[in-house]
Amino acid sequence: MKTPAWLALEDGTVFRGFSCGAQGENAGELVFNTSMTGYQEVLTDPSYKGQLVAMTYPQIGNYGITQEDDESSGTALSGFVVRELCRTPSNWRCIEPLDLFLRRRGIPAIEGIDTRSLTILLRKKGALRAVLSTFPSSERALVRKAKAWPSLSGKDLASQTSCREPYAWTEGLPQGLDGLQAPPARRKRRVLVLDFGVKRGILRCLVSAGCEVLVMPAKTDARALIEKKPDGVLLSNGPGDPEPLHYAIETVRGLLDARIPLFGICLGHQLLGLALGAKTYKLGFGHHGANHPVMETATGKIDITSQNHGFCVDERTLPEDVRATHINLHDRTCEGLAHAHLPAFSVQYHPEACAGPRDARALFLRFVSMMDSGNPAAARAKEIAG
Amino acid sequence: MSPRRNDIKKILVLGSGPIVIGQACEFDYSGTQALKALKAEGYDVVLVNSNPATIMTDPALADRTYLEPLTPDCVEQILERERPQAILPTLGGQTALNLAVSLAERGTLKRLGVELLGADLEVIRRAEDRELFKKTMKDIGLAVPNSLVVTELGQVREAGARLGFPVVVRPSFTLGGNGGGIAHDPRELLARVAAAFDASPSRKVLLEESVLGWKEYELEVMRDRKDNFVVVCSIENIDPMGVHTGDSVTVAPAQTLTDREYQAMREDARRAVSAVGVETGGCNVQFAVEPKTGRRVVIEINPRVSRSSALASKATGFPIAKLAAKLAVGYTLDEVPNDVTKKSCACFEPAVDYVVTKVPRFAFEKFYAKEEDAALLGPSMKSVGEVLALGRTFKESLQKALRSLEAGRDGFQSPVMKSPLSASDRELLIRKISSPCADRLFWMKAALENGIPVQEAAERSGMDAWFLHQMRELIDFEQRLIRQKPSPKILREAKILGFSDRALARLWGKTEDAIRKMRRRSGLRPSFKLVDTCAAEFEAATPYYYSTYHGDNEVRLRRNRRKVAILGSGPNRIGQGIEFDYSCVHASEALREAGFETVMINCNPETVSTDYDVSDRLYFEPLTFEDVTEILHLEKPLGTMVQFGGQTPLNLTLPLHRAGERILGTHPSFIDAAEDRRRFGALIKRLGIPAPAHGIAKSEREALAIARRVGFPVMVRPSYVLGGRAMEVASDEEALRDYLVRRKHAGHPSLLVDRFLSDAAEADVDAVCDGEDVFIGGVMEHIEEAGIHSGDSACTLPPHSLTPSQIERMLDYTRRLARGLRVVGLLNVQFAVKDDAVYVLEANPRASRTVPFLSKATGIPLAKLAALSMVGRKLKTMLPKPLRGQQIPKLPYAATKEVIFPFNRFPGVDPTLGPEMRSTGEVMGLGPDFARSFAKSQAAAGTPLPVSGAVFISVRDEDKAALVPIAATLGRLGFELHATRGTQSHLARHGVRTSLVRKLGEGRPNPVDLLRQGGVSLIVNTPSSGRARSDGYNIRRTALELGIACVTNINDCRAVVHGISLQKGSKPEVLSLQEYHALLPYSVPR
Repeated sequence: MKTPAWLALEDGTVFRGFSCGAQGENAGELVFNTSMTGYQEVLTDPSYKGQLVAMTYPQIGNYGITQEDDESSGTALSGFVVRELCRTPSNWRCIEPLDLFLRRRGIPAIEGIDTRSLTILLRKKGALRAVLSTFPSSERALVRKAKAWPSLSGKDLASQTSCREPYAWTEGLPQGLDGLQAPPARRKRRVLVLDFGVKRGILRCLVSAGCEVLVMPAKTDARALIEKKPDGVLLSNGPGDPEPLHYAIETVRGLLDARIPLFGICLGHQLLGLALGAKTYKLGFGHHGANHPVMETATGKIDITSQNHGFCVDERTLPEDVRATHINLHDRTCEGLAHAHLPAFSVQYHPEACAGPRDARALFLRFVSMMDSGNPAAARAKEIAG
Repeated sequence: MSPRRNDIKKILVLGSGPIVIGQACEFDYSGTQALKALKAEGYDVVLVNSNPATIMTDPALADRTYLEPLTPDCVEQILERERPQAILPTLGGQTALNLAVSLAERGTLKRLGVELLGADLEVIRRAEDRELFKKTMKDIGLAVPNSLVVTELGQVREAGARLGFPVVVRPSFTLGGNGGGIAHDPRELLARVAAAFDASPSRKVLLEESVLGWKEYELEVMRDRKDNFVVVCSIENIDPMGVHTGDSVTVAPAQTLTDREYQAMREDARRAVSAVGVETGGCNVQFAVEPKTGRRVVIEINPRVSRSSALASKATGFPIAKLAAKLAVGYTLDEVPNDVTKKSCACFEPAVDYVVTKVPRFAFEKFYAKEEDAALLGPSMKSVGEVLALGRTFKESLQKALRSLEAGRDGFQSPVMKSPLSASDRELLIRKISSPCADRLFWMKAALENGIPVQEAAERSGMDAWFLHQMRELIDFEQRLIRQKPSPKILREAKILGFSDRALARLWGKTEDAIRKMRRRSGLRPSFKLVDTCAAEFEAATPYYYSTYHGDNEVRLRRNRRKVAILGSGPNRIGQGIEFDYSCVHASEALREAGFETVMINCNPETVSTDYDVSDRLYFEPLTFEDVTEILHLEKPLGTMVQFGGQTPLNLTLPLHRAGERILGTHPSFIDAAEDRRRFGALIKRLGIPAPAHGIAKSEREALAIARRVGFPVMVRPSYVLGGRAMEVASDEEALRDYLVRRKHAGHPSLLVDRFLSDAAEADVDAVCDGEDVFIGGVMEHIEEAGIHSGDSACTLPPHSLTPSQIERMLDYTRRLARGLRVVGLLNVQFAVKDDAVYVLEANPRASRTVPFLSKATGIPLAKLAALSMVGRKLKTMLPKPLRGQQIPKLPYAATKEVIFPFNRFPGVDPTLGPEMRSTGEVMGLGPDFARSFAKSQAAAGTPLPVSGAVFISVRDEDKAALVPIAATLGRLGFELHATRGTQSHLARHGVRTSLVRKLGEGRPNPVDLLRQGGVSLIVNTPSSGRARSDGYNIRRTALELGIACVTNINDCRAVVHGISLQKGSKPEVLSLQEYHALLPYSVPR
């Protein structure tokens, strides 16, 4: 017999469907994701901390869960919403069906609701606070709980999704960077990843780009990082609002001062923006999908990118020596920035993809050449550390 | 600065020619989009396409439209005349691409300074030459199946041994995989390679490692000159590798690939397209994936817009062809605005939030008497049409697609089998699901229902278990449904799973009407969702909808009393194809110009009518009573037009009328009067119009009695048929008995028996009536005599042999019929003339197959006039002055329509014409007189009239007298004549010398030897009965294989010889349709 489940929104809308994951009741910010594949990557992406995710593609779970496609060891999101969940998956790499995975990981999930009507609602009203519950209760009570949930804004979620202890990462991509090759070097570049909830895809790309990767907890300060004599630091993706992460912004400033080559991705991009003096703001319903066209303004070249963010760097607040390098062709928002003199650049989207197109993976090589160029920045970093 | 290329002023666009299997109206859709895009950019646009049934050849769409043969000679002539700076060859299918290659290779393009847009010669070669393609792929590190190229038969044995069997045979440069096949042993391999050499213009054949049974995928992609790349759509085939993708049931987007695998495939596609060098436009990349390991190989790239592009455009709302045209003239993806959201640009990848299923439609019953004879599906395409359905789940879209097919199924249905299954039935099921046949899903359902496990079914069929599990879910639900009493709850579940009212009625043993009433009482109505390319992420402006039983309805209606619904024609099939789509599109265009809002309903992804900018709202839905009434209930148009989409909407007329829907135009009861043989008989009697003696038989006994009364030969057929299905001429009682025995199990309640007028001439008349006046577009005289289906007949305008008095009687009868049937809209009448008597054979108060041809020839758009008549406009205000009153257009030139047959796709079939329609397409030839227009039509049909060589003649006794002057003319023209004994002696008696060819089995040389020797450029062979029949069959089949023009009836022969005599010595002139129209004594309405 199917177990009923409810999805109650702060605006009073309640969707009735059936439970297809763990039993439970969770609140969070409800967003939609338009990727047609990659639900496993979405489920294991730490950046979804504090959120309930609705997939717009109606049939989810078709290929089950695989051994290799987790983006982290956990499942950070609070709940999962689908039109129909497939319990009879088929794929040669499949190790278990999705519903089993959700139950095992304790993720409540609802199916059998019209996710398209839900998406239109979120498009019009912006991301809403919501409660997903498999426990019978009055619908009004659920709406009240949704309203009572505190907003994502102003919360430090990254400290919860970061690693506690530093660790080394050595696994690369199974097929490398699709034919891209890092320039030869005498030794591997040492990259420290400042972890706000990093996706394994990023770590794998770095390894395949010829880097030695050490993952550091979010609250590691600049001095401690510099002491490790890195060739560069990658500011990782992560959940929620960048503004309350004062410690991280401080760290980035320290790294900038030391002219350590920096590459920011997603939350890391926002943190670099904030450290350089720009402001961030919250988007209506964010960008969550794998089909966002982004143009590099200098070349006119367009990449189809994977995205997952609700906050954005305000281009108008960038200081003079910082250039907005990429724009989103859907809504013209800022998708990348670079410092005119310092070795630091960042993108709002996910060049590692996972899930999504791999058009932008060459950015990892750009990071490598920035580290290799032996510019004064790298030299000075060694000086300070010494 | 505009990126548009200003160095180009004039562009010549190549169309795809007649509809053939593998190349259908999808190229009208893409060509029409391209022409509109190029015109909008301000280019001078010249079009060459020999197919008059297309929208793209409407004179308003290009500056000059050449309805001329798509041959290198002819296009060269047009290039010399027009001197364009560029040719766009990537939107006219393989025909256009091959034509571009030959024009480049013979130096024409260089000589005239013409550039190829979209794909240049190098790109085409890298994509189309299999060897070069493989090398290109290997160079960038992509995997391809192992393969070897052979250019002579001597190499075949060793190649087979090296690759291991089965081996796939793929000729270069052929259309729809024609000439390809799978060889299971060395002997078969040798035979297949020999056949492939004949099919391939380059005599190069690729032998390939078999990837049979692998998963098959296609990515529809676009790339621009800045290397921007997007995937518009991924397509997964349910039928695994080994079945041509055109014959496969396919699903979009891909369902069973993880993101990692999908993105790796996408990356491969990006690199492959870039290596081939497709710079500007759409193309597709095909992959095979080994199901157990995921090993992925690239199969092919089409460097052009294809059938799959049309499918992808309809599946996502992304206008590929329009974009391809823009990219070809210099734009990049980001410089073209997004049509759907009207914000941002076209450089993005559609995200869909529904599942799309395409199901092919076959016509094997037209070619093989017994189902068992029908060939299995393979790498050479056999289907004649397709349907597409959108649903929120695969289950829903599959059910919708299957009921869209109009193949007598109400959804995912299985054959009725005895339960429990006998051992032989089980064996039958296993055999059916293991071999790729046209009905495989039908049998698959039976197999799953009868306890064959999904895993076993997947292994035997090569279909991914995911699809079979989904089918299994439908079956489980169905079994639960049967056990339960109808209730609103289970009804709702059933509707969400895509069950039609009719299917539920069948399962619950109730009437469809009862189910509908129950459903409506429970408030269960479909919601219509928008196709918006972005999964609702942005607000969209596309007026393109599909139905589902879940969630909110998204159609926003403005109250409008001037709104009309038009029913389309459903899947292409033999007898109902592009001609009807043409009329539907015209109706919509005319009504919109007149300020009406139009609503189009259709389920055929290949068509122009399912382009969302043809109508104010497009509903991509099955054309069943249930689906149509739900749309009408929502839209509440002032009425519905059923005349334009052929038999499909006509069959819905009475049910819609009874359900209270208003049918615009001719009243449903009069439509019925024309369809119902009994009522029609009474009507023409009352109108004093002669018809062949006839009767309606309910039993064998009655049929024989009628036949004796009206006299043999008789024409017999089941009532209510399309395209002459199961229609035959019985020359005597024995033949009739034979027919009755063969039809015994077909289950048609009544048979029509008509006196057959042998050797009669036939003609088609198309007219429009506004309730008062009748406008007759023209009398089209058939070239073949009566007994050959009108859809298979070539015809000419003006008539080439009818007398003025005969024509006058036809016009008179047509007017009487129009008034008698109270026609408002279109009327088609078929006539036969025997011994100067004119008989009416049938009258159809709807658009006919000849409407586009007639409209092109006369410049008068009949379907537009008809649509406007149906909303109250009067002919006297719409027609050009000289045509008001009782005038019919008088042409100062001649037009001939010739038809195209798919016999080369169906091994073992006799290519003789008869009352059962078997042609798929048509071409038009224009010229100053009949003979020259006929010669043009033959060249356009791919069998140009020979000017020299040998002629082989063998005719039945009845034709011998008529043959004498024809043979004499051929002899005078310098042809060497060969004839079989009877024909030879008859000709000799009348002073025509021929050399003798022995009949098959009577020594040598026999006719087949003669043909194989070469040198024969024309065959005249009229079929007779009995033993000679199989001789004739062998001759015609050989001719087909060798591509020798073969005339199978004496009237054609006369026309051919006349054409030859005029062609000798002079090059035919090319002229655009606009120039022809300028010669008319009236001005052509725009």
